[in-house]
Amino acid sequence: MSDNTESLKQLPLGEWHRGLGARMVPFAGYEMPVQYEGVMAEHIWTRTEAGLFDVSHMGQLNLSGDGCAEALEAITPGNLSALGAGKIRYTLLLAQDGGILDDLMVTNTGRNLYLVVNGATKHDDIAYMQAQLPDHITLDHLEDAALLALQGPKAGVALAKLNIKPFEAGWPVPTDLYFMEAGPFLWNDVPLGISRSGYTGEDGFEISVPAEHVEALAIALTDLEEVRPIGLGARDSLRLEAGLPLYGHDMTPDVLPVEANLNFAFSKVRREEGNFAGAERVLAQYPDKAETKRVGLFVDGRQPVREGADVVDNSGNVIGKVSSGGFSPTLQRPIAMAYVPMELSATGTAITVQQRKKQIACTVADMPFLPHNYHRKPKI
Amino acid sequence: MSRYFTEEHEWVDVEGDTATIGITEYAQEQLGDIVFVETPEVGATLEQGDDAAVVESVKAASDVYAAVSGEVIEVNEALEEEPALVNSSAEEDGWFYRATLSDKDELSDLMDEKAYKAFIENL
Repeated sequence: MSDNTESLKQLPLGEWHRGLGARMVPFAGYEMPVQYEGVMAEHIWTRTEAGLFDVSHMGQLNLSGDGCAEALEAITPGNLSALGAGKIRYTLLLAQDGGILDDLMVTNTGRNLYLVVNGATKHDDIAYMQAQLPDHITLDHLEDAALLALQGPKAGVALAKLNIKPFEAGWPVPTDLYFMEAGPFLWNDVPLGISRSGYTGEDGFEISVPAEHVEALAIALTDLEEVRPIGLGARDSLRLEAGLPLYGHDMTPDVLPVEANLNFAFSKVRREEGNFAGAERVLAQYPDKAETKRVGLFVDGRQPVREGADVVDNSGNVIGKVSSGGFSPTLQRPIAMAYVPMELSATGTAITVQQRKKQIACTVADMPFLPHNYHRKPKI
Repeated sequence: MSRYFTEEHEWVDVEGDTATIGITEYAQEQLGDIVFVETPEVGATLEQGDDAAVVESVKAASDVYAAVSGEVIEVNEALEEEPALVNSSAEEDGWFYRATLSDKDELSDLMDEKAYKAFIENL
């Protein structure tokens, strides 16, 4: 990625971020806010109140045409044809060899599938899907839509203050949604697509809004006492604490889903059908026959281990790699994700990381590092 | 006592043959919340430009280079318990280490406060 700011694209809210004093950095080809008041304060605010994230760099796509869910199943392991209207599924876009090309959210809107993919990979994803999907399936890139994420224990209380109406009389309001449900709404006659989802481990919403209205919505939200704008820095530390893998770091085309510890992304039906890209190679590892696995690490002491640091054995041989690492503001200690040999992947196993010639003791930890705080539908 | 600055945003206080070294207010502001400082070993001999310390924020690690050559004679042990001292008092209580100066001529490569202020204004 170039850090020549002239080549960077601007988000619809770029000026607004700068006006709030954000420090802007290049990310996924865009100039994006990395922090406003500071990563630690923003992180803690999101865990205790509600944070507003501009994630308009992410790709919003509509997939339509007869049998589009079945068609998308050819390149994902998710049970998308069984996804009910208004429901969301997290799944993976798989290459023909089973390597992970992206992770994505798929919503059945009742009329089509709405996909949210990563910003850095969206153009490659679109090209791949267009090449793989039958001609009668239409893929629209919603380039005129912005995306905001409102995350935190007070996200519901805050959103309820905005007088967002159901799209049709009698339909639900946003706070009626449970985790991984979505629907259409109106805010001052502006159409919003709202999902109860996110990537921080907290309750919250992701709001798709026409780009020309995103600033008004961001202002209305941040005017609420519960809500502050949050940058990419805290987004990363929040998702790390929540044990959520980040594409391009914890997942790459060289990694298969079982290695990435994403077994939950396969449904039983799709495993039995075995009819997705790379299925033979991917399912040969299921559920625990891969040689390596992504695990969580608690790091001894105060010094974080960082992405790219080696996992070593007692003789100093490299046997794995750290894929994400940082300091947990909530736990006040360093945590990480790493690829380690399967036989060293059990919780409690001692692991050594070598970083700048220094050996740092770690222990395999359960993920998430903090319990998720989702607004799940009660089980009957 | 004279204070010098480097383009890598370190400050160097010189008193006789001894230098006290830390990172500048500008540097701590850029780094954000500092969660760990790896100081050099007492007794280590550093050449100007060597890796001397590592400063870790929530998100990233940054190297601190030896601003001057010399032997490390003391490190700021308070940073072990309270790395955020670098945020709250970068140019005083948040100092990193003291070293003997083995080559005073190196100081002529460094900036004075006025030159450093002009330098950061142009960043």
